[in-house]
This record gives sequence, C-alpha cells and structure tokens, in this order.
Amino acid sequence: MHPAPSVILFTSLSGLGFGLLVFLGLGLPPVTGWVAFVFWLIGYVLACGGLIASTFHLGHPERALKAFTQWRSSWLSREAWGSVIALVLMAITGIGAVFLGARWALPGVLGALVCLGTVFITSMIYAQLKSVPRWHSAWTPLLFLAISLAGGALLAGQASVAVPLLLLAGAVQIVAWFAGDRAMGRSGTTLATATGLGPKVRLLAPPHTGPNYLTQEMVFVIGRKHATRLRAIALLLMSVLPVILLLLPFHHLLGLLAVLFHVAGVVVSRWLFFAEAEHVVGLYYGQR
Amino acid sequence: MTCLPTTTDRKLGLAIDLDTCVGCHACVISCKGWNAGDDGAGLGDADPYGADPLGAFLNRVHTFEVQPEDAPAQIVHFPKSCLHCDDAPCVTVCPTGASLKRTEDGIVLVNEADCIGCGLCAWACPYGAREMDPVAKVMRKCTLCVDRIYNDALPEEDRIPACVRTCPAGARHFGDFADPDSHVSRLTAERGGFALMPEQGTRPVNRYLPPRPRDRAPEVPMLTPVAEEPTGFLAWLDRALEKL
Amino acid sequence: MTPTKTPTAPASPFADEIRKTTCYMCACRCGIDVHIKDGRVAYIDGNRDHPVNGGVLCAKGSAGLKSHTAPSRLRAPLRRTGPRGSGEFEEITWEEALSTAADWLRPIRQDAPEKLAFFTGRDQSQSFTGFWAQAYGTPNYAAHGGFCSVNMAAAGIYTMGGAFWEFGQPDWDRTKLLVLFGVAEDHDSNPIKVGLGKLKGRGARVISVNPIRTGYSAIADDWYGITPGTDGLLILSLIHVLLKAGKVDLDYLARWTDAPVLLKEAPGAPDHGLVLRNDEGKALVIDRRTGQPAPFDAAGVRPDMGGRLVKDGTSHRTVFDKLIRRYMDPIYAPEAVSRACGIAPDRIHALAATLADAAFSEPVTIAQPWTDFRGERHEEMTGRPVSMHAMRGISAHANGFQTARALHVLQILLGTVETPGGFRFKPPYPKPFHAHPVPHSACHPGTPLAGPHLGFVRGPDDLALKDDGTAARIDKAFTWDNPMSAHGLMHMVIANAHAGDPYKIDTLFLYMANMAWNSSMNTAGTMQMLTDTDENGDYVIPRIIYSDAYASEMVAYADLILPDTTYLERHDCISLLDRPISEADAAADAIRWPVVEPERPGHEGVRGFQSALLDLGVRLGLPGFVDGDGQALYSDYADYMVRHERRPGIGPLAGWRGEDGSREGRGAPNPDQLQRYIDNGGFWVGHMPDEARFFKPWNRAYQDWAVKMGFYDAPQPYLFSLYCEPLRRFQLAAEGHGERQPPERLRARIKAQLDPLPLWYRAEAEGDTDYPIHALTQRPMAMYHSWGNLNAWLRQIHGANPLYVPLEIMEQHGLKDGDWAHVTSPHGRITVPVVGMAAVNGKTVWTWNAIGKRKGAWALDDGAREATEGFLLNHLIHELLPPKGDGQRWSNSDPVTGQAAWFDLKVRIEKAAVQPESQPAFPPLKRPPGIRP
Ligand SMILES: Nc1nc2c(c(=O)[nH]1)N[C@H]1C(S)=C(S)[C@@H](COP(=O)(O)OP(=O)(O)OC[C@H]3O[C@@H](n4cnc5c(=O)[nH]c(N)nc54)[C@H](O)[C@@H]3O)O[C@H]1N2
Ligand SMILES: Nc1nc2c(c(=O)[nH]1)N[C@H]1C(S)=C(S)[C@@H](COP(=O)(O)OP(=O)(O)OC[C@H]3O[C@@H](n4cnc5c(=O)[nH]c(N)nc54)[C@H](O)[C@@H]3O)O[C@H]1N2
Ligand code: SF4
Ligand code: SF4
Ligand code: SF4
Ligand code: SF4
Ligand code: SF4
Ligand SMILES: [Mo]
Repeated sequence: MHPAPSVILFTSLSGLGFGLLVFLGLGLPPVTGWVAFVFWLIGYVLACGGLIASTFHLGHPERALKAFTQWRSSWLSREAWGSVIALVLMAITGIGAVFLGARWALPGVLGALVCLGTVFITSMIYAQLKSVPRWHSAWTPLLFLAISLAGGALLAGQASVAVPLLLLAGAVQIVAWFAGDRAMGRSGTTLATATGLGPKVRLLAPPHTGPNYLTQEMVFVIGRKHATRLRAIALLLMSVLPVILLLLPFHHLLGLLAVLFHVAGVVVSRWLFFAEAEHVVGLYYGQR
Repeated sequence: MTCLPTTTDRKLGLAIDLDTCVGCHACVISCKGWNAGDDGAGLGDADPYGADPLGAFLNRVHTFEVQPEDAPAQIVHFPKSCLHCDDAPCVTVCPTGASLKRTEDGIVLVNEADCIGCGLCAWACPYGAREMDPVAKVMRKCTLCVDRIYNDALPEEDRIPACVRTCPAGARHFGDFADPDSHVSRLTAERGGFALMPEQGTRPVNRYLPPRPRDRAPEVPMLTPVAEEPTGFLAWLDRALEKL
Repeated sequence: MTPTKTPTAPASPFADEIRKTTCYMCACRCGIDVHIKDGRVAYIDGNRDHPVNGGVLCAKGSAGLKSHTAPSRLRAPLRRTGPRGSGEFEEITWEEALSTAADWLRPIRQDAPEKLAFFTGRDQSQSFTGFWAQAYGTPNYAAHGGFCSVNMAAAGIYTMGGAFWEFGQPDWDRTKLLVLFGVAEDHDSNPIKVGLGKLKGRGARVISVNPIRTGYSAIADDWYGITPGTDGLLILSLIHVLLKAGKVDLDYLARWTDAPVLLKEAPGAPDHGLVLRNDEGKALVIDRRTGQPAPFDAAGVRPDMGGRLVKDGTSHRTVFDKLIRRYMDPIYAPEAVSRACGIAPDRIHALAATLADAAFSEPVTIAQPWTDFRGERHEEMTGRPVSMHAMRGISAHANGFQTARALHVLQILLGTVETPGGFRFKPPYPKPFHAHPVPHSACHPGTPLAGPHLGFVRGPDDLALKDDGTAARIDKAFTWDNPMSAHGLMHMVIANAHAGDPYKIDTLFLYMANMAWNSSMNTAGTMQMLTDTDENGDYVIPRIIYSDAYASEMVAYADLILPDTTYLERHDCISLLDRPISEADAAADAIRWPVVEPERPGHEGVRGFQSALLDLGVRLGLPGFVDGDGQALYSDYADYMVRHERRPGIGPLAGWRGEDGSREGRGAPNPDQLQRYIDNGGFWVGHMPDEARFFKPWNRAYQDWAVKMGFYDAPQPYLFSLYCEPLRRFQLAAEGHGERQPPERLRARIKAQLDPLPLWYRAEAEGDTDYPIHALTQRPMAMYHSWGNLNAWLRQIHGANPLYVPLEIMEQHGLKDGDWAHVTSPHGRITVPVVGMAAVNGKTVWTWNAIGKRKGAWALDDGAREATEGFLLNHLIHELLPPKGDGQRWSNSDPVTGQAAWFDLKVRIEKAAVQPESQPAFPPLKRPPGIRP
C-alpha cells in the first residue's frame, strides 16, 4: 500500500495521543492544575492532530460529517464516533483535573476504555481488509494497542509500566512482521485464483501503460533489504533505545530522548506497516 | 446504506468469455465514453495530454500469459470491472452510506453526493474495481449501466450496458444470474463459468467463462498418399476424373 | 436496517438528437450514431443497422469524441516561416493558401507536369484524388497501398480477381475452419471480430499462423508460431501433402480454374510457357467428351486436367500437370521445410489433415439452383467450409507476392473460394486483372493523363517506362524492378525525389500521410532528405504542400499546410469506385456528412481537403473541374459526390440514383441523393439476387447483376489463375524474348523470382549471423497508426511501447522486464525498454506500431511517454537493403510488386544501461500557432 504521510501521521499520532489519554483517564500520573493541562494538551494535540491529518486524504472533507452515519457496519464510521466519545469523556475528566483539581474516576475510566477502544477501532479499519492479507490478522489490533499503550505510558512518564509495555510492543511488532511475511502466502489468494487461469500465469501487459489510482494507491514495492534495515531501525527506535534510556538513571533529558526515539520508531514502523502491506489487486498488476 | 441486503430479488451481472475476448479495449472506451458524459465530468482525466495522463476507468483489460505444461504459451485478454459481489466488502466499509448494494437487482453503486472520497472502499475491494475520480475526487465504479438498463428513453434493445452493446467479439453477456434459465446462467453452467478469488468470500455475481482447451491435436486421420511421384499421381488423377 | 435507497442514476449524456454518419477513427468505415447535445458531440456509439459493424464499435470508434475535440487539431492554413522541420509557421487565410498553391502548381503543369508528385495516405477518396491528378496530368500519383499491402491486393487480383484486405470475407455463417495467416487487426477490424465471435459461438475451429500470439491469435484454437517470412514454404508444404493424398477438389479445379488450361512446352521459344489460345484469344482446354481442344467457356465443355496436346509439333500440357510436378517435389515435404519454418513436421501434417477433413468430410450445401457461364444449371450450391484470411504478416515481406499467391492456390485447390463456407468476394469484386485498366504514365504539358495512373500490367508492354527505358514515375512503379506495382511505391517517393532519380521534382504534395515519421522507412534519413539543401542553399525538394487535420510530425516538414476538418465535420464518400463497404451478399456504400460544423474560434478555420482540392482544380482550370468558360463545375465536394459522373449514369454514390432516386448502381444524378443517404443512416445497401450469392465469377445471375449495377459493362466470366501468365511474360523477356528487355542486373532475379507458379525464397539476408533475430511490429487494436495518441483516452491504453523479447533471448542476454537494450540492424541502432514474453516465435522480437512520437508533435507535453519512452522500429528499416557485394543496392521491397518489406527486418540485441529516454531522440518540434497541450 502506498505509505501516504497523512495516514501514517494519523495512525501514529492518534495512537500515541489516545495512549496517553488512557493513562490520564486512569489517573496516571495523578496530576491536576497546570501540569494536568499540559498533559491533556499533549494528548489532545496528538489525538486531534492525527484525526485532522486523516482528513487530508479525503476527496471531500467538507462532507466529513456524513462519516458518522454508518456505525452499524463501518469501522471507519465507528472510529469517528469512538474518537468523538473518547475526546468528550476525556474532556470532562480533563476539566475536572485541570480546573477543579478533581480526579473523576467514572468519566476517567470510561474515557480510558473508549480511548483504547478507539485505537482498536482504528486498527480494525485495517485488520478487517481481507484484501490486504498482512493486515487481516489479530496481530494488527494487538500491535496498534501495544504501541499505543507503550507510547502512552512513556508520555505519561510511567517508566515502570512503560518498560514492559515497550518490550511487549517490540515483541508484538516482531511477531506481526513475521506473521505478516507469510500472510499473503497463507491467504490463499494468488494470481491463479484471481484469474482462474491455472498455476502458471503471469501478467504480460497492464491494462493501461500509465499509472492509475489503483497502482498509485495500492501497489507499492519496497526492496527486501531496505525493509529489513528499516525494521531494525524501527525496533531500535521504538522499543530498544527507549527501554535502555528508561533503565538508565532518570533524567528529564533522557526521558525526552526516549519519547522522541519512540515516536520516530513508531513512524518508521507505521511507514513499514503500509509499505510492506500488499494488496491482492497487485496480483492483477504483476506484483508477486 | 452500507449494510448488505441478505438477498436480492435479481442478481444482475456480466458473464465474460475469456475464450472469445480478443483484448480490443472497445468495452473500456465505450464505458469511459458513456460514463464520462460530454464534458468528461462523470469520469475524469487528469493531465490528459501531459507526461502522465491519469484517468479513472470502470473497466480495464489486462493481458496475461499462461504457460501450460505441455503446450505452447497462451495469451489471455482479461477484462475486469466490478463483479457486483453479494458480500461486497466495499459496501460495508463505507462510512458515509455512499456505497450500497441494491435489493432489487444486486447492483453495487456509489452515491457520489454522499462520498467523502476516503478511498476505503477501493482498499476493501480485492479486484481493483473502484477508482477515485482524479478530478471530481469521488469514488467511481461500474454501475452496470444502471442508467441504461432501466432507461425508458433508450430503445429497448439498447437497455444493456454500453460495454456489452459495443463488444465486437460478443465476449460480454449481461443478464440475471438469479434466474437459472437466463442466458448468462446457462452460459455459466455450460462453459464452467467461475468466480474470481472465491477465497476472498466476496461472492461475486459476475462470472468468467474459461478459455477452451487450445493446441490439442485434431481428432482427424492423418493423410495417406495416393502416389509418391507425379507420374503415379497422374494415373490416379485419370481414374479419379473418370469417377466424377 | 435493509438498504433500499437507490441513488439517482449518474448523469447520462442524453442527446437532443442522434446523427448517423461513418466513423473514421480508422479505415474500417463503421456506422456511428453521433449523439448531439446542445449542438456539441456528446457520445458516439455504433449504428445497429449498419452493414459493416451492426452496432458494435471498437475502442477507437468510441473515442472519436476525443479526437474530434483534441487540442492538436489544426485551426488555420499555415505558411512556413522558419527552416523546414523547425515547426515555425504563421497562420494565413484560405485565399492566400489556395492562391499560393495554385501559383506553384500552374507553371509546373504548363512545363512538366511530372514535377508534381501527389501522394495520399489512407484516405478514402482515391477515386477523386486520382481523378484530380489525372486531370492535372502528372504520372506521379498513388496512395498508401504500395507500402501497405499491395502484395496481397495484386496476388489476389492476378490469381482470383479479388483479394483479402477488406475486399472479401470468410463465409462467417457457414465456415467450419478459419485459418488466419499474419493478421493482427486488418482493415476489416470490427467485421473480423464479429465474425470470430460467431465462429466461437458455433464452436468452429480457428487456427492462427503468426509468430506472435496476441489478439486474434490469442483466441485461436491452434497456434502455429511460424518463423517470419516462411509462410510460403509452409503453404507449399501443405499443398505437397494435400496433393500427394489426392485431397484436392478435382471437380472445382476442372470447372472453375485454369488447372486444365494448356500451356505451350517449347523451351527456348518466345511463347514457351504461355497459354494456348484460339484465334479469339480464348484459353484452350481438352474437352473430356471429345478429347479435342476447346475454348474453356464453350457450352457443355468438360475440361480435362490431365489433357495433353501436340499441335504443330509443339507439345502442350495442362497447368495442373505442371503444378503437381512442381509441388510433389520432396523439397516441399514437411520434414524438409520444418526447420526453416520453425514448425515440427507432425504439426504440418496435422494442419494438412485438418484442412482436408474440414473441406471434404462435411461439405456445406444450400438448396439454391443457379446457372454457370457455360450454361449448365446446378440444383444446389455446394461448398467446402474452410476459409482463410491473411494480411500484412505475409504481404509485408519481399516474398509476399509469391506467398500470397501460394495461399490463394491452396484455397483454390481445396475448392473453397466463392463457395458456401469458404472465402467470398465483396462487390465490385470479383473482377479479373484483365478487366482492370493498365497503368498510364505518358505525360504531356498542360494535358490530362490518358487514363488512370494505377492498374494491372499484362506484360512488359504495359510497364511505365519512357522511351529511353528509364522510369516514367518518380516512385519507379511498373518498372523492371517491380513490374506489378499496382499501388505505386509511396515509400520510395521522397528518397527518389531527393536523389533526383529518375528525375527531380518541384512540388511534393502529400495528403494524410505522416511521411516524416512512422510511415517512412529510415525515418531520420527521411527527415534529412526533406530538409536537405543543394549547393545554392535551396531545398533539394523545393516545395512541399501537405494536408493534415492534426499537428503531426509531417506538418513541421511542409511549406504550406491545408488544414483538414475532423471526420465529423465534412463530406466524404465511401464509394464503389474506391473502397466501398460492400458485403458478400450486397453492394454497399456510405457517406460522411458534417454532423457538426467546423469551428476554430479566433482562427481562419479548416476545410474538407476534397473541397479544397476541387477549388485548386478550378484555379488551375483542370478539365473535369471547370466548364468551357472556366467556371467551377462543382461548388464543393458534396456537390461533386452527387453530380460527378465517371461514366454515364455512374457516379461516386450508387444509392438512390435517377432523378427521383429510384435507381441503384446506374442512373442519372439525383439532387436529393445525400439527404436520402442521411435519412437511411448514412449508407446504402443493394442486395444481389439469392441466385447470385456464390460462385460469382462463373455465375450468370451474378454477372448480369454486376452489369446492371455498373461494375462492368458486359459479363466477365473467367477462370482462376493457378498459373500467372503475366509473370511468365516477364520471365520470357528476361530470357531474351521481345522488344522490351530488362536491365542485365535484373535478368537473373526476374527469371528466378517472377515464377508463374508460386515459389518460396528467403526474403531476408540468409543465415546472417550478425543479425539473427526477426523484428516485427503489430497494430494495436486500440490505436490507429500515429493518430491514436492525440486522443486523451486511447493514449492512456498505449502511451508507450516496450520491445517484447522471447524469454530465451531475455535469459541469454541477462535481461529482465523493464531493462533497456540496444537493438541493432544493418542500418541503425535504437535503445529501448524490453519485456519478456513466451507466446512468441523464439527468433522474433516485436513491438506495437507507431506509438513512439516526436517531441512537440500532436500537442502533447514534451515529457509525454510517447516521446520519451515510445519508439519506432522504422529507424532500423532502410528503403534499400544492405550492400550484398554485387555492387547494387537492392530495394527493400518485393521484386514483383514493390511492396515495402517492413517485416524482413533482422536485428541483434544487447543489454544496455538504464536510459532516461529511448534512442534515437530528436529535438522537440515547435508547435504551430494556436496549438498547445
Ligand atoms: N515499422 C512499421 N512501419 C509502418 C508499418 C508497419 O507495420 N511497421 N505499416 C505501414 C503501413 S501498412 C501504413 S498504411 C503506414 C501508415 O502510415 P500513415 O498513412 O502515414 O499513417 P498515419 O500515421 O495514420 O498518418 C496519417 C496522417 O493523417 C493525418 N490525419 C488523420 N485524420 C485526418 C483527416 O481527417 N484529414 C487529413 N487530411 N489528415 C488526417 C494524421 O494526423 C497523420 O498525420 O505506415 C507504414 N509504416
Ligand atoms: N487498430 C488498428 N487497425 C488498423 C490499423 C491500425 O493502425 N490500428 N492499420 C490499418 C492498416 S493501414 C493496415 S495495412 C492493416 C494491417 O493489418 P494487419 O495485417 O493485421 O497488420 P499488422 O499489425 O501489421 O499485422 C501483421 C501481423 O502479421 C504477423 N506477422 C509478421 N510477419 C509474419 C510472417 O512472416 N508470417 C506470419 N504468418 N505472420 C507474420 C504479425 O505478428 C502481426 O500479427 O490494419 C489496418 N487496421
Ligand atoms: S468487485 Fe469490488 S467494488 Fe465491486 S462489489 Fe465486489 S468488492 Fe465491491
Ligand atoms: S470513498 Fe466514498 S464510497 Fe468509498 S468508502 Fe469512502 S465515502 Fe464510501
Ligand atoms: S456495465 Fe457499464 S459501467 Fe459497468 S463496465 Fe460496462 S459500460 Fe462500464
Ligand atoms: S470489447 Fe469484448 S473483445 Fe474487446 S476487450 Fe472488451 S470484452 Fe474483450
Ligand atoms: S473499426 Fe473502429 S475506428 Fe475503425 S471505423 Fe470501425 S469503429 Fe471506427
Ligand atoms: Mo496500411
């Protein structure tokens, strides 16, 4: 799939933002007043920034409100609802914490759950797609959730939770990659099933000599070597380095560095999430 | 509305004959012409005379090469448009209700006024049957020429899809797959029509009729000489002419 | 919730009105329904009532709207302002343009009319443009046929009085086996596809002989991936096997062909090998009833194919006798030809058996009595349901004439021509070569030519030679180099004019032919010749006038441009005098008419070329264009289409003739004729009586109908010519007989290759180890030559063309898809992207024809892939063959007809570094005023 910056930013940032809000909703760290304001602000900037980024790739953003109508069937529509509910609940919790110095557990816990749910919903937008075998797996929600929680813990300054979560995210990431590598093969979808023309069939000529929406959007090829290198970088930045930094004697600067590394790592991981995902339509265009 | 109907009254669709398609792209362009409209607004082209023209098409013809075990390689021209799936994943993913499958005839459509151009339905379609209009920025797909097949303004014989009407080789057949006696159902039964990517669970309505076996030794006797030399032949000729 | 909501249907381009005319996105001439909305063209689909396409359209036809509105359309007459080839022009008025042209052409006509060379492309008004050139008086006129498929046309006419091309068709409804030889698309584009669809529907068998397995070949049940240039050998081998097995139609051969005709056997005599004729010139056969010689057409005669005669001490044997001696030779055995053809012997045997089985095991019979030319009545029509079709795959080789002849001989031996289930002619064919005119070339200042330029020579006497033996025509058509060049040699015009050989010309006048690009061999050399100057700095070809509708490459090389309309904006006439739209059962012709008026706001505007040419004819005072007072005879081409009479009662259009429109074929002009065509959907069909539908050359009912329709003035029954006597006459000359003698350099070749019975010789350089690979082009179905890429929709399908290379060769050279390769011929080198392919003859590479474009042309962006990646094979093809060491540069054409041998190209291939652009690349042309992408 084409690794479009808007979608990479959307999923990375909103994941982080909602991750942070989860912890804030649970009262971790137990902040109030100005400090709470800063934490909430970071959470909202990330979550909303991501959501706004996601509208960049819409052909008609002015009609975006229509996306709330199909929650019965559409994960994308559910995401719209999820985000709004999560943001509202967390806003209530935030008002309490910032302005009233109160730590309301009910909206907080509910908010945390809905934030987590929203991350899950986001992941299901991808995981539901049978047409992209690498995504069509339980590892996709697990990965999104693990990364979101790890990032949230890190941002929330919960070093003791963050370390295992970062390690978990790293582990899930590794499994997801390897499971993903076999997904296309296991999906059962091949050029043979795509064309009904038997086992030895290949594309001789594409339908048009130029590019089209499908090839631009869904056929992206990334070299194996390149991918392996990027995987290592992603893992290092997202998981390994932050964990090392957290295990070192605490210093704000190290914490900041850990966050920056992690965010960079998540962006690389998300880039790979798209770039490595093969859409079965690629078969019709000679991929594989 | 993005929930799928549990059943549809009819299942309108195409049967495409891979044994007959010569790969002429006529269906591609008649579809383009019909859907683009006179100002092109219905199916846009970006940079039409530029370095990389990029237009939306609802039907495209791929060319595949097949290598059988013990015969020369073959070429199969392979037209592909929306298969109007019964379990259309493109419909259920749509957040706005723009994508829908009709109960009355099973046609899968995009209501462009509702489309936000998110592209998710195109991601969901395993067949690449949906394309974003590069100019109008809404999702486009084969409508099964819904604006022809029910159109009273057209003569009855023209109430068929544009691509079917134009196909010079007669490789495209339109009809109701829910009716076992329809032309398309019978063709599918006789010729072993198949669905694309059945494992994707989309349950396509359209069927493809496979290429007939090729390069088979003919079931005719080899010829035996009546003579090896011209003189012998002339003698045979004389006898043969007598019999005429 | 159940979804029931139905969205409003997408806006449909409903028209206010449908206007029916004839497509011209290619030369197939389908009927189209042009949907007009608010006075503009909104949508085009096929006319269901039309005899050619019956409602279907190809991709090009459906895309007509985009050609009609393309930004590359010319807008005004242009005069060159910069150097030739730069593309710098100024717009001028029509008055300036036409008076300039007249001022150039008037003095030439008075002094030396041959100094005008007027050549046209694939237009459909050759009977009109030829008429103009004849009135002007230049011998130098022809159309594209010479570089296109004259081998096919000439072989067909000389053998059967009709050809493939679009002049005949398989009996689609009855045939059980169709064999295609080298057909990718052909002029009958939609009819062939419709026909193939019918065969598939009936489960009839389709076999394709073609080095490349795309398109029609892709759906064939059997594919013979022959090595290019060897079809003649394959066909003669099939004849060998069939003859040996006695699987030929003896009755058919005896009745309808020259098989029983007697040939003189008098080695060394001036008439050795000629046909024995009686005093009235009728060919003689032995009548089996009497054992005596008799004219072939005598009532009740039973021709004897084994007949012999000794007369005045000379022995005579039949054509059939000669034929079996020739083809039973073991050199034609499948085992002997297999290697050269690249086809296993058992597959050749299988093909012969398949043909025999389809032809002889299940004849097709129609209960329709008819009477033949000998007066014999037949109760039914019986035929052999085997049909064949062939096109440039066999004809664009230097052995193409003989190969096409061989194929016709095969069809005839099987008894499959003009019989139910076989191959059928479309009126005005059949018409034997001797019913066609001979070429006329003697020219006199200020005087029209005595007859048509092109024709069918009977022997050396008809060659277009001047008294000193040099060529009378600039293209050297009808000379000893290519005596039967029935369509001229358009591909030699520029080279000969540049070389001043046979003489210099003053004005080159071209119409609808992109000679500075894809229709020339040696493209770079041609551009050079068009821009070359002499010692005085004057152009070697002093003046060039050109008519195009679009900003093509050729436009940049002309001095004066006469901008044509698009096909939806003008009158045209698809005439029985030219290339009509007839069907095997009916004569038919059609018109184009301005379904929309041409408008080029802000510019002088465009005019239909034929109307412009009429105007020019009037300015020059040409007979047939002005009356005695010098007044114009016709106001425009529409008027000419209605009122011109070629012979009394016979005009460009055959429908609704006679004052009241009640006559067909022959009749007085009808002022209302065009409206009648328009009311009928733009075409006219005249059906023949049922009794006339088959066996046309020998069928009295057909012959009478043909006379009634005006195809000829008296019945013309004739025999098919297995033996081509005119060729024998040229051989006799080469053997030293007769007044007119060939030059020494050609004697041996004429003796060897102008054989009256088909033979095969290797067309390309034999065993050339430097250039081991054949290189071909194919027509893409969705593109028409150079003029498809100006179309916004079509260019997305074919915006670039890779070279397709057999997988083994890819592997040999370490090539992967998308790599680049140098492709080298004896003449030049190109560097192009490659793609591997399995379904192709292992010694053959190929690409799509005419996709590559010159930068700046066609109103495309300079970065258009057509111009950066697309390429032409033409750079590798030269109009002369590489030197052979005999001191001659032989022309790259067929020795009989002069047909350009595009497909004899041989190359070698090497891996190249990745390139930014395909090579050679040329500097961008400037765009004419008013034209931008
Ligand atoms: N390598 C290779 N070269 C080949 C061939 C091949 O097979 N291989 N094939 C050869 C053959 S068979 C042929 S016929 C030639 C064809 O070669 P051309 O006859 O030169 O064909 P086009 O490229 O179509 O050029 C025709 C010109 O007509 C112009 N035109 C289009 N419509 C109109 C109109 O309405 N009015 C006027 N006045 N002009 C118009 C176009 O703009 C274009 O410039 O190419 C030959 N060249
Ligand atoms: N769409 C479209 N239609 C066209 C045209 C066009 O440009 N586009 N051009 C028109 C014109 S001007 C013409 S002349 C006709 C030509 O119509 P075709 O004759 O169909 O033209 P080509 O594409 O040149 O096809 C030649 C075929 O012969 C095969 N071939 C080459 N060499 C050999 C050989 O030695 N033996 C055999 N058996 N096969 C061989 C090639 O693989 C190819 O398939 O098409 C007309 N119709
Ligand atoms: S083919 Fe694709 S677009 Fe059409 S219904 Fe099926 S999934 Fe949807
Ligand atoms: S692009 Fe349009 S039709 Fe497709 S899912 Fe998005 S809103 Fe629905
Ligand atoms: S049915 Fe209509 S919309 Fe669908 S591919 Fe055919 S022409 Fe296009
Ligand atoms: S129009 Fe018919 S023959 Fe041509 S590509 Fe389409 S399906 Fe195939
Ligand atoms: S074959 Fe196509 S381009 Fe040619 S006349 Fe017919 S519809 Fe037009
Ligand atoms: Mo041609």
